Amino acid sequence: MIRVVLPAHLRTLARVNGEVELDVAGEATQRSVLAAVEAAYPVLRGAIRDHVTQRRRPFVRFFACERDLSHEPPDAPLPEAVAMGTEPFLIVGAMAGG
Amino acid sequence: MSGVRVLVGTRKGAFVLTSDGKRERWEINGPHFTGWEIYHLKGSPVEPNRLYASQCSGWFGQQIQRSDDGGKSWEPVGNAFAYDGVPGTHQWYDGTQRPWEFKRVWHLEPSLTDPDTVYAGVEDAALFRSVDGGMNWQELAGLRQHPSGPKWQPGAGGMCLHTILFDPSNPERIFIAISAAGAFRTDDAGKTWLPINRGLKSEQIPDSNAEVGHCVHRIAMHPSRPSVLFMQKHWDVMRSDDAGDSWQEVSGNLPTDFGFPIDIHAHEPETIYVVPIKSDSEHIPPDGKLRVYRSRTGGNEWEALTKGLPQRDCYVNVLRDAMAVDSLDSCGVYFGTTGGQVYASADAGDSWTPIVRDLPPVLSVEVQTLS
Repeated sequence: MIRVVLPAHLRTLARVNGEVELDVAGEATQRSVLAAVEAAYPVLRGAIRDHVTQRRRPFVRFFACERDLSHEPPDAPLPEAVAMGTEPFLIVGAMAGG
Repeated sequence: MSGVRVLVGTRKGAFVLTSDGKRERWEINGPHFTGWEIYHLKGSPVEPNRLYASQCSGWFGQQIQRSDDGGKSWEPVGNAFAYDGVPGTHQWYDGTQRPWEFKRVWHLEPSLTDPDTVYAGVEDAALFRSVDGGMNWQELAGLRQHPSGPKWQPGAGGMCLHTILFDPSNPERIFIAISAAGAFRTDDAGKTWLPINRGLKSEQIPDSNAEVGHCVHRIAMHPSRPSVLFMQKHWDVMRSDDAGDSWQEVSGNLPTDFGFPIDIHAHEPETIYVVPIKSDSEHIPPDGKLRVYRSRTGGNEWEALTKGLPQRDCYVNVLRDAMAVDSLDSCGVYFGTTGGQVYASADAGDSWTPIVRDLPPVLSVEVQTLS
């Protein structure tokens, strides 16, 4: 079970409170976790990564275990603590104006 | 008992304002989608409780929301806007070519006949259509693939398709406008498109009379005369009497002919409204006075409408999609400002009242007249 923390606006869109817990098929990577998030909450398709290119949206960041994983390859394994469910995978709206 | 519903899109959410036909007391409902930019909301002419809203964010992209109860509740629908085929390139600010890239939906225009059919004008400029209530979107690619496409360029606000007008007498005919490409018309329901910019003159482009490249800010049409169009261009207020084949300037005695919105009285097709703004480099009202100008002669002769509007120290702007009219017997006119006010006139512009005054900056105003 992977724990994912969504930013406030995406929790509102997905109509969830707090963390979400997801079963992820295969190895826990950014790509597999995001696929599980989008499968569980289709409204989030296009909100975290681009519909067409599947690239992370520029003002979205991925944090876990006090590390910024935003620039890691999408198929790189996530930290073991995330894969084990002891630490959450954080999807964060970047600090930027507005 | 008749009533009016005003749909207001702002930088930080959507608001639904309602009143009875007297238009004296208003109920404010919102914000919906708090914190998101709501570029536009609009209701279906055939099913007024069916509303569509464009919700977007610099962080999380585009959503389309749909309501079937007049804005009380909303459901997200489809948000995949994929250009058809290889997108190609358009001109960038520095003159280089840049690939088309979807950014946001500026304008939603529900069909005149089918509540499940809705058109979306997007940035980078293209026209999309959904025939299933917004769940799936297909591009009408003939527009973007017009041979002039590589010459289109963004205006300061982006390369947006902001105006979509249906000819009620001819379902094959649609007018659209793009900043900064100009106006286009299709006579085959969107398969092919014709630039309709003859008569426009823009000193800001190398060939001021070019076929495309004009920064059209808004076009208005009265449904009883679909071949007569009024345009607020970057500079100049224009008129066409031949469905856009040619345009004549009708700025007349306006204090400045720069501005964004333009609209038409619901019952008087020669009565039009604009909000003059000082200049392209200073987006504020002239002399700190917020004035709507009305022409009862289809242009050229304009009168300032000031009663109830601030006439000193006012430095707000009124954006292109932020003016609309109702169709009650005494036509109501509405506009929203970047200062968060929505002003209404229940007497065709003679006098104005702020019906709400502390919203986030207003991006769009639409009005539904309810029976």
